[in-house]
Amino acid sequence: MLKSLTRNDWLLLIGFTAVVLLSPWTLEPFGAAYPDILQKFAIFGIFAIGFNILFGLTGYLSFGHAAFIGVGSYVSVWCFKLLTMNVVPALMLSVIVAGLFALIIGYISLRRSGIYFSILTLAFAQMSYNLAYSVLTPITNGETGLQVRAIRSSPDMPLLDGDIRVIDQALGIQEVGIPFTNLFGLRMSGYEGFYFCAVILIICFFLAMCITKSNFGTMLKAIKSNQNRLNYTGIHTRPYLIAAFVISGMYAGLAGSLMAITDPIAGAERMQWTASGEVVLMTILGGAGTLIGPVLGAGMIKFAEQKVSSWNTGILNDVFSFVPDTLRPIVVDISSLFVGEGWHMTLGLMFMLIVIFLPGGLMQGINRITERMNSTKPAARASDAGSPAAAAGKE
Amino acid sequence: MGLRAVRLPSGYGWLNTMDAILLQILNGLDKGGAYALIALGLTLVFGTLGVVNFAHGALFMLGAFCAVTLRTVLNISYVTISETEKDFLGNPLKIQVPYIQDWFGPDVAAFMINWSVPLSVLVAVVVMTCVGIAMERGLIKHFYKRVHADQILVTFGLAIVISEIVKHYYGANPIPQAAPEAFSGAANVGSWFGLGDNIVYPWWRLIYFMFSAAVIAAVFAFLQFTTFGMVVRAGMQDRETVGLLGINIQRRFTIVFGLAAVVAGVAGAMYTPILPPDYNIGMEFLVLSFVVVVVGGMGSLGGAVLAGFLLGILQSFASMAWVKDFLPGIDQIIIYLIAVVVLLTLPRGLMGRKGVMED
Repeated sequence: MLKSLTRNDWLLLIGFTAVVLLSPWTLEPFGAAYPDILQKFAIFGIFAIGFNILFGLTGYLSFGHAAFIGVGSYVSVWCFKLLTMNVVPALMLSVIVAGLFALIIGYISLRRSGIYFSILTLAFAQMSYNLAYSVLTPITNGETGLQVRAIRSSPDMPLLDGDIRVIDQALGIQEVGIPFTNLFGLRMSGYEGFYFCAVILIICFFLAMCITKSNFGTMLKAIKSNQNRLNYTGIHTRPYLIAAFVISGMYAGLAGSLMAITDPIAGAERMQWTASGEVVLMTILGGAGTLIGPVLGAGMIKFAEQKVSSWNTGILNDVFSFVPDTLRPIVVDISSLFVGEGWHMTLGLMFMLIVIFLPGGLMQGINRITERMNSTKPAARASDAGSPAAAAGKE
Repeated sequence: MGLRAVRLPSGYGWLNTMDAILLQILNGLDKGGAYALIALGLTLVFGTLGVVNFAHGALFMLGAFCAVTLRTVLNISYVTISETEKDFLGNPLKIQVPYIQDWFGPDVAAFMINWSVPLSVLVAVVVMTCVGIAMERGLIKHFYKRVHADQILVTFGLAIVISEIVKHYYGANPIPQAAPEAFSGAANVGSWFGLGDNIVYPWWRLIYFMFSAAVIAAVFAFLQFTTFGMVVRAGMQDRETVGLLGINIQRRFTIVFGLAAVVAGVAGAMYTPILPPDYNIGMEFLVLSFVVVVVGGMGSLGGAVLAGFLLGILQSFASMAWVKDFLPGIDQIIIYLIAVVVLLTLPRGLMGRKGVMED
């Protein structure tokens, strides 16, 4: 697998690693260098990379990937409650359970393709969401959300009806109050939490790169470009699709688990179909089918969310102070549609603009610009334009 | 807040099983009517334009807000101070007089406010025609040749934008609307069929069912008995050949899109007394309506209507107490479950046509 990586791929990986690890410094000027948002960048980056393995490579648009995030979160929190506050078992269990879940859903949904596949995955995700809110409340704790509770409030108190945490008890870890998630004693919040997510993001990126460059990845791309032809040559495509679906489900489960690790609470709203839509947007914004694109898209959307939703009319008044006084209320009123509570409006608009004008995402835009610059070698570039993203636009 | 069907007290014995079944069927009819109307528009657009429209739920929501807006507009009033009457604090009583009362006289004004929901259907027709045509000309037109994924994504974005605009101006809370007083009570449906007095059912829900049946009949008649409808049906079968015959199919499809928007809009306007509309109502109905379309068969009008009522009724059966005791949570997932089963066993849906979106 490693042999298929070229020198450029290794350079890309090294560059990516450097950018991710240095982001607490490089993002400082943008006001995004605090752990909470950095963690979100990394987590949604993982989610989008995983989604891209399915959507970007095979072209199968799943509208239910948020369900796996939810599964990952719930499994992790249950692991914290029952076993240990150490994150390693939680991560592994979440990925495994999300993978199994994806196997079941994928096995059924992938009997159909195209829009039917989208609707089937949407139906499964909505089913999970509705069940999490109704019948499964003993497991999911319904609207309140599943939380980690203390075993006892002080060392000499008897056991409350709180969590069990078998492994922690067996190891004799005395906890006071509500415990924190940890990696063998290292607390998983703040910058430690971010670096933990970042390392996992880099590993995930590397794995995705290996998958894309492997024979398996080539097969997935072939499914996207012409599945019929593949069938005619006698290749059974479904196992490949199911594998891709399960892998991307595991990525989503991992992301869900990391959400629970950095903030040990799991709620059903993570499984809503708008959440599935968000990851689609991240992937498309960055560029479906590219390696860097999804991470870029995830970062940009989470950054914009953080910034735009914190603006209010006061800030807008400052921003538009150059506008004459008579016009300013109108300008501020119109732009207040897009900020603060209206963040989703900006999101929806971005969604439309990207799909209309830049179906290949930002990476396509960047490629186009570099193409213009390198117009001395048009022939060489033209063959390069056959990348999946460009092909998607032409279909 | 909406009108709810009166539930039977349990333990009535087996004699009342018939009543219970009839009541559940009635319960499903109004919701089924709404599903059928939305699904009808969806499948019409899909069958003719080949576009998967995720913004169709937003059109339903816009229709509902036509009703809200009309009531608000009708109630715009000025305040006069009464010279004789006092309020409970002893101050002169302030009386709000709607402007329409001055223009049309008190009787007509009271009538209009009382009947604002049915009247809003007229408003919805005008507004939704404009919205539908603008949407098709401005956006959807450019997506005929794009892959379905792109169509889904762009209309999904549009749906978010529309619902956010509504949220900005109307707030996030549901806004209850009253049905006309004449229909505010419950109808004793059981006695009509000689089944005793156990089956009572809100008037407005009955009206909604009849309304949806009438709209569906009108759409079918339009497509079946007019030349325009014939061309549209031909276009659904084979767009290219119709184009080759020298018919401007594009312009007709624009009108079809407008028609679908109107159907969704009036469905939304009339539904407001049953379920107070909020900005998110469209999304909730959209997902279900898509399932309805898929179950009925993509591009099949009859299938959409059949599946709409079927799923509405099944959903109401699934929310019966003893069914829920037997299979907890079934009422939440029944529709999706049926969709999964239907898609896997009958890939074309209940009434899907051969050759339309089979993969």
